[in-house]
Amino acid sequence: MAGNSFTIDDLKKILLEGAGAADGVDLDGDILDRDFAQLGYESLALLETGGRIEREYDITLDEAALTDVATPRVLIEAVNAQLTVQAG
Amino acid sequence: MSVSAAVTGLGVVAPNGLGTQDYWAATRDGKSGISRITRFDPARYPARLAGQVPGFRAEDHLPSRLLPQTDRMTRLALVAADWALADAGVTPADRPGFDMGVVTASASGGFEFGQRELEQLWSKGSRFVSAYQSFAWFYAVNSGQISIRHGMKGPSGVVVGDQAGGLDAVAQARRQIRKGTPLVVSGGVDASICPWGWVAQLTSGRLSTSEEVSCAYLPFDAAARGHVPGEGGAILILEDTAAARRRGARIHGLISGYGTTFDPRPGSAREPGLRRAIELALADAGADAADVDVVFADAAGVPEDDRIEADAITAVFGARAVPVTAPKTMTGRLYSGGAPLDLATAFLTMRDGLIPPTLHVRPAPEYDLDLVVGRPRRAEVRTALVLARGHGGFNSAMLVRADGRHP
Repeated sequence: MAGNSFTIDDLKKILLEGAGAADGVDLDGDILDRDFAQLGYESLALLETGGRIEREYDITLDEAALTDVATPRVLIEAVNAQLTVQAG
Repeated sequence: MSVSAAVTGLGVVAPNGLGTQDYWAATRDGKSGISRITRFDPARYPARLAGQVPGFRAEDHLPSRLLPQTDRMTRLALVAADWALADAGVTPADRPGFDMGVVTASASGGFEFGQRELEQLWSKGSRFVSAYQSFAWFYAVNSGQISIRHGMKGPSGVVVGDQAGGLDAVAQARRQIRKGTPLVVSGGVDASICPWGWVAQLTSGRLSTSEEVSCAYLPFDAAARGHVPGEGGAILILEDTAAARRRGARIHGLISGYGTTFDPRPGSAREPGLRRAIELALADAGADAADVDVVFADAAGVPEDDRIEADAITAVFGARAVPVTAPKTMTGRLYSGGAPLDLATAFLTMRDGLIPPTLHVRPAPEYDLDLVVGRPRRAEVRTALVLARGHGGFNSAMLVRADGRHP
């Protein structure tokens, strides 16, 4: 079962399972502040990623926020905020 | 004269061969790709044989980004498109995006993907349904994914007409070339050998329930008892013939004529539409019946439909007056992929002067067809006619020619 904090490694695992990786993109590089678009993930890939995070961590992410998320750092912060709310 | 369309690239994914070379080697020699279904356990279903594409591992050919979002039929279509482009010597990145279009045929959509997501929906709930279900099961998805992968922004679409749709798509691609798009990717690939797809196909009542490969799919045979379904098809690269010649492309052949009709209402006693479709295709090509060197039959394998097709062929060509073959007896009926594969086979037949055989069939004499059976037949083939009928009354015919200027 997932822990109560969501890390870049958790995100990478879910991205790979749900959307794969684009040719020429190294997810093990420093991707925290890169645009999802630059990493090859369009809005549908983010929708799928968000859905998988919701299932796995049993949280609900704000759909509008999800489509506006620009970078992995912002998404990770949004997920952790929800985890904190639900733990509290 | 109007702009003509040349086929410069072939990509084949067939039950008896993955890739044009393997497919043609098997087809020439009369090797079947039909067997008991292995993609799921068919024991509880009345029909248990299918033509399944062997040895296809999508991850060997496609980036991981595409795997979670594609059904098997789309993976096969993407790889066939890659191979067709390579065969044509075309690098899409070197061409303006709006100069390239994609028009494929589809008959069933991504059933295997859709089945998995419906299972998720009903067993676990809507949160477990993939976001990619929004398009992965859809008829137009092969055209869309090919277009995105290669940056093809010209006129695109999908044609749905069961088996006839495979020719209708190529005809639509030719229309787009005539209107000014220099290159269009066309053809069709279907693959729905999964429980949901199988049940859908069984509703037609036309599937053979034989468990013996040699007795299951016997078009134009007195023992005809339905067809065996298969998966796969072919992707073709069509180009403006003059432009293809200018760039020195190797031309497999020309799309010279096309005709399509719809059958009259059942029970109306009016003649079915296939003969007219053939005549329209001949007229469109400016060809006479005597010019046609071989007919690739639709070969329904259902006695009433075999009779209608044999009557149409003999009405236009005369009794036993033209060689007729149905290599699809080695693959099963591929729905939208069937006629594009027959077009590819027609070009290979022209290239090698070898008409592939119709497998396992003992021709019923009353059909009066010169059916090529048993072994391939040597013949100079310059002009071929491909027939395709879709369930519900669709008839299409396409005439293809060898390129006279490139012997």
